[in-house]
Amino acid sequence: MADLNLLGPQLALLIGAGLIIIVDVLLPIAGREAYLRRRPLLSGLAVLAAAGSAGWSLALVLADERGEAFDGMITVDDFTLFFNFLFAGVAGVIVLASVDFLDRHRFQGEYLALILISAAGMSLMAAGTDLIMIFVALELQAIALFALVGISKSVSGSEATLKFLLLSAVSTAITLYGMAYLFGLSGETSLDGIASYVANTDENRSALVLAAVFLTAGLGFKMAVVPFQMWVPDVYEGAPTPITAFLSVASKAAGFAVVMRIFLVALGEGIVTTEWAYLFAAIAAVSMTVGNVLALVQGNIKRMLGYSSIAQAGTILIGLAAVAAEDPQLLLGTSSVVFFLGAYAFTNLGAFIAIIAISHKIGSDQIDDYAGVAKRSPLLALGLAACLFSLTGFPPTAGFIAKIYVFNAAVQADLVWLAIIGVLNAVIAAYYYLRVVLIMFARDPETDEAFLPSPYLGAALAAAVIGLFAIGIYPTPLIEASESAARVFG
Amino acid sequence: MLTFAIFFPLVGAVLIATLPKDQERSAKHIAAVTTAIVLGVVAYLFIDYDRGAGGYQFIDSTTWLDSSISDFDLNYTVGLDGLSLPLVLLTAFLGLISALISWRIELRPKEYFAWLLILETSLLGVFSSLDLVLFFLFWEVELIPMYFLISIWGSGNRIYSAWKYVLYTFLGSAFMIVGILTLGFTAGTFDIRELAEFGSFDGAIIPAWSIFTLLSIAFLVKMPIVPFHTWLPDAHTDAPTAVSVMLAGVLLKMGGYGILRMSFNIMPEQAADANLIFAIIAAISILYGAMMTLVQTDLKRLIAYSSVSHMGYVLLGASSIGLVGLTGAATQMVTHGLITGMLFALVGMVYDRAHTREIGELRGLATRMPFITAMMLVAGLASLGLPALAGFVAEVTVFLGTFEKHEALAIVGVIGVAFAAGYILWMIQRVFWGEPDPKWAELTDATEWWERGPLIALTVAIVAIGVYPAWVMDLLRDGVAPIAERLS
Repeated sequence: MADLNLLGPQLALLIGAGLIIIVDVLLPIAGREAYLRRRPLLSGLAVLAAAGSAGWSLALVLADERGEAFDGMITVDDFTLFFNFLFAGVAGVIVLASVDFLDRHRFQGEYLALILISAAGMSLMAAGTDLIMIFVALELQAIALFALVGISKSVSGSEATLKFLLLSAVSTAITLYGMAYLFGLSGETSLDGIASYVANTDENRSALVLAAVFLTAGLGFKMAVVPFQMWVPDVYEGAPTPITAFLSVASKAAGFAVVMRIFLVALGEGIVTTEWAYLFAAIAAVSMTVGNVLALVQGNIKRMLGYSSIAQAGTILIGLAAVAAEDPQLLLGTSSVVFFLGAYAFTNLGAFIAIIAISHKIGSDQIDDYAGVAKRSPLLALGLAACLFSLTGFPPTAGFIAKIYVFNAAVQADLVWLAIIGVLNAVIAAYYYLRVVLIMFARDPETDEAFLPSPYLGAALAAAVIGLFAIGIYPTPLIEASESAARVFG
Repeated sequence: MLTFAIFFPLVGAVLIATLPKDQERSAKHIAAVTTAIVLGVVAYLFIDYDRGAGGYQFIDSTTWLDSSISDFDLNYTVGLDGLSLPLVLLTAFLGLISALISWRIELRPKEYFAWLLILETSLLGVFSSLDLVLFFLFWEVELIPMYFLISIWGSGNRIYSAWKYVLYTFLGSAFMIVGILTLGFTAGTFDIRELAEFGSFDGAIIPAWSIFTLLSIAFLVKMPIVPFHTWLPDAHTDAPTAVSVMLAGVLLKMGGYGILRMSFNIMPEQAADANLIFAIIAAISILYGAMMTLVQTDLKRLIAYSSVSHMGYVLLGASSIGLVGLTGAATQMVTHGLITGMLFALVGMVYDRAHTREIGELRGLATRMPFITAMMLVAGLASLGLPALAGFVAEVTVFLGTFEKHEALAIVGVIGVAFAAGYILWMIQRVFWGEPDPKWAELTDATEWWERGPLIALTVAIVAIGVYPAWVMDLLRDGVAPIAERLS
């Protein structure tokens, strides 16, 4: 029972998913009216499940319950709990953001259930402390995502699904290969077991390096960093926008969570630490530059945000490179990664929600068609502008704190060069983020017809914008949470 | 009190933002009242400042971000000393003036005045911050209102100019934040007072001169110093009048203030080493800006280039690394803010009436606009450094300070003044004197209270500093004295 209690947050999501599928089957589908009634009921259930998951995590925090469960398969610690909240929150917001999309859609139950299942998988990825558990969780969220990307059955959606599926399969194979190396060398699947092997050996260095490279390559796909980013633009463009948001925030965060677990625990001490730090530093520099430069030339806002999310992943990786460059005990880098993921979740979700609302009304994803949105829907335009300013890293938003926190970690780890590449990239990013703001505010619209987002989207956007300003003005609570999550590796 | 003054414009902005659509004309009233209250508070601080005691006063401090695993604590610390107090007063003064001269803004007035007030908060914050990260925060915040103000309410090539302005500044500040983080990491604090006492940064993870460079680029871009100046003529020309006033009057001073307070104050060794380089680029700026004015056909562009030239004196004074020169530099910032602010306000009024700023098209305006002409004469003469007006005091002090250190370059600076006399008088002669053009017979003078009031107030300030400079200069001298001490 104690094990189940620790697994509660994930169970809540999975039970919610099961319930939705059952209710979906039981509800009558005949008639337009009955059909319309399903949507609030099913969405409500999904939000409830997400809230239940977050509530359970909160109960664990309040009761101060931590520890291993299922013979060390998962560990509930501050790091796990941070990501439990993150994924439950993101899932809840994505459900709200999907309400408009579901309006025109047949597979409401399946869609919502898959989101919850995928979120549960991500949450298990962060909790897993055994290679087998991590792998199962990885698959759980990935398979759910395949179905979600292609759920609208459009041509571009199907193309995106196929790309996503094939590349994901390859990346999974590579990840597994890396895991196999670790297991073959140490004879252990638990991260702690591997860690004690790695810390006490000076043999098989090249095999360990190879394992680190394979794992980086495989998980780099999840984090969407260069050169494992090929799938991003097409999938981001082809998937339903709420799923794009889910991919860019939750899936990425889950990738980072697993990377931190494996590299900081299993490979955190010993002969290979500096190797993977250099690897991360190089990937960070390349990802930021490639992502930003390619984002500059995009005309489709979803593709632009896709490339920008590659660049953002590069910025987050600075924090990981900073962890090991000097000293594995240096917690600042880890903490900055966790904080950045939290701040980024608010910011990017907000941006996508605003885009869902705007694109839905103007019927286009092209940036040029956003002309004069500020006149037609001032609050929506201001909301999107706030998110874009936060992505650029302007104060007083969450993005500003996140950025200087990460760059500070880099400077403290003697990676000034990487920090300089980072800030120069922020200037490139400013160009394409602010261009959208400019088009919305300084150009005249083709029609003056005003519009408002649906109340669900409005609420979700308001929550994101309030969150990103709250973090920007008073960051201490999130900093404390990130620091206690980082202390798990101390 | 100080915190109240900094954030009160923000309150006004929120108030304006919540106005109902049919009340949007009240936006200007709220903006005027808000800026007037801020000016009142700041004026009280100016009087209340204990000149005998000196140093930083009115300090408000609280921890804003508390990190338990590193030194990365961010503090909200604001305070004023002799250097920042006059600049804060200047900001509040020009803040009220820019609200008043915007009285006729019809396009989206709610947004316009809200951004103007947010701009004021960020500027007051920049000059009051005693914490490097807080300074950087306000420094960056300032870009957002400027971006909107130029791109929406500007004229001509406004969108391009807004871009150029934001990207230049953002590029500079990108380097600045790395410099700030390196300083903070080395010293274990971001507090400017403690950093100034820290001593040598030779033990930092990167060479001290490179930190100094990272830090200073942003300030040189902002001042602006040739060759980083190209954003300025564009931004000035296309910005709405009130924004030009703030830009020339206050925003350029962020650069000069940064050089003195951050670069010179915190890293005096490197500043002293670099003094000749600073003096040379200052001299180039002075001459280049002055010469460029001669070929300008647009009134605003002409004054913009004269700003480049005049801000060169700030750097020239600073490069003397002596008390007199630094005092001159600081005074030049204040006087240039008043004089150029006034010039831009006047050009804006001419433009509002004639709808052109082409010098070639304007002629003989003096008969149509005697008041504006008289005011232009005052501001122009102050700008070229006529004794008994503010500009003279500052420039003479700069030359006195610089002459011992860089004799030849000080002479170059004096040549710049000769140029100034030329381009200012020539401009006034072409635009205001001469045969009145019948085309402009319909033009009216500045008659409204919100036009005359600001101009008269600016004239009073310029004359007051020119006739009795001690009321600001003593304060500025005390403010830069610790910096000069460290530099020697």
